[in-house]
Amino acid sequence: MQTVFRCHKISPGVAEGEVLISRDPILFYKTNSLTGEVTEPGHSLEGKCIKDKILVFPGGKGSSVVQADGMYKLDRDGTAPKGFIVRDLDTVLVSSAIIMEMPMVDGVEDAFYQLIKDGDFVRMDAGRGILEVLP
Amino acid sequence: MVLTKHQQEMLDGRLGRGKAMAMQIQVAIGEGFQAERLVPISRAHVALSAQEADVWFAGKLRDAGAVCAVPPTVNPGYSLSYFTECGLIDSESSVLMQRTHEVYNALGAVLTYSCTPYLFGNIPRYGELVSFSETSVSVYANSVLGAKTHREGASSSLCAAVTGYVPEYGMLLDENRFGDVLVEVRASVKKDFDFALLGLTGAKIGGGVPVFQGLDPHMSTEALIALGAQLNVSGICDKYHIIGVTPDARTPEEAFGGRAPKRRVTITEQDLEEALRHYSPPPKKKIDFVMLGCPHYTYEQVRRVAELLGGKKAVGDIWILTSSAVTDLALQTGLEAELASSGGRLVPDTCVDQSSCFGHLSGTGGVTDSPKCAYYMGAFGVDVAVRDVETCIRWAINGRAD
Repeated sequence: MQTVFRCHKISPGVAEGEVLISRDPILFYKTNSLTGEVTEPGHSLEGKCIKDKILVFPGGKGSSVVQADGMYKLDRDGTAPKGFIVRDLDTVLVSSAIIMEMPMVDGVEDAFYQLIKDGDFVRMDAGRGILEVLP
Repeated sequence: MVLTKHQQEMLDGRLGRGKAMAMQIQVAIGEGFQAERLVPISRAHVALSAQEADVWFAGKLRDAGAVCAVPPTVNPGYSLSYFTECGLIDSESSVLMQRTHEVYNALGAVLTYSCTPYLFGNIPRYGELVSFSETSVSVYANSVLGAKTHREGASSSLCAAVTGYVPEYGMLLDENRFGDVLVEVRASVKKDFDFALLGLTGAKIGGGVPVFQGLDPHMSTEALIALGAQLNVSGICDKYHIIGVTPDARTPEEAFGGRAPKRRVTITEQDLEEALRHYSPPPKKKIDFVMLGCPHYTYEQVRRVAELLGGKKAVGDIWILTSSAVTDLALQTGLEAELASSGGRLVPDTCVDQSSCFGHLSGTGGVTDSPKCAYYMGAFGVDVAVRDVETCIRWAINGRAD
């Protein structure tokens, strides 16, 4: 079975952790930076903790400033995800990840999405464009 | 990415450490989007927020000696003089705003403190290449004015202002500016507020550039502002077309570039009602305040509030946030005094998302005509119901919800 997948670097870095998948786009301002929980009502991750996760999500949303502020506070309080795997890019999300120096990739092979589920462990090397699902 | 000699010199630090820092970030963004080159911009608008991340990043550039090649206009934080005078802010709690002011001043920004620069202070022409951030600004520039901008983040537009360049991808390329989704509107969308609700259906519309069909072309500038702003609350939207209204959409063929829509979506009355239920917390019985001006109110909207008040006194405060261009005009015309006598507080240079100014409203009863306002004030514990401006003012006069 294929366990190593290609991806495209957005923001460099190496990260390893447990996968958490979001069906909905994410605005990181709508999280509690003290606990790492998503606070947006009705969000598919509402109440879930994103701290230290490898977050797999469709993309960002919301205003051009609060996305960065949300990520900044998660980072400051030690509750940020370790890595980001995103499908649809937008400038706000991309620039926030680069400035905050958080590893982010896109352009992941379809086979990865078919295989992956919550709780799996993944190692991502954004710089080399490699994702590995760990046993 | 291929850089020109000037761009390469910037990247290499020969034009200073600040320029190099901004250029490194822009090259990284460009590589992320697989851009081939950087192109010059003639305008920038930075969605300054006076929040920690904003001050941290702008301060980092300032400390590295960066000065803007293209002086950008900026978004509101809050008016230090107004909130100090009315006693809601003291010198200790306003440290972040003071630092924001100093840092952006040093970077060479034009401190307009308004989220409607396309109405005053920074107005691009059709086809102009610019770097605009802010929820409603990028989408308005792309859709209504026909300028070309990314839906920038505050930090990416600040880097663009510093270097004078942006990576070329997405909305800067003509082939990406055509419509993707045909949105058939089968609901009564007439008043400005209806357009705000239409903007809340972004989740149903999905990604890509929407093309609205079935709207009466007699719509106001304020309606177009509301539509773009709320599309970026319910989702993300770089640009929209309205057949027969926006400049790249004289016909459906022009809007779609002769291609077939990738998707078709129908918006009904029920969609609008559901959107309002989703974004409006239930109103409290007692109404203590009204919050208007997200995005910043135009003079016409301010005038309408005075008209709706009709000289009656509101029970609570009616906060009306706008640009200093509008407050100056309202002072001259006497509109400011008229509003003040009815309980209307015309506030310049301020955004609803400033918890240090509006956090004290937590637990009280409020109403706004902007779903975006409710969405962001909710983030710091202030629940604000969403209704049209007519209802907002009626509730303010009665001091309670219907």
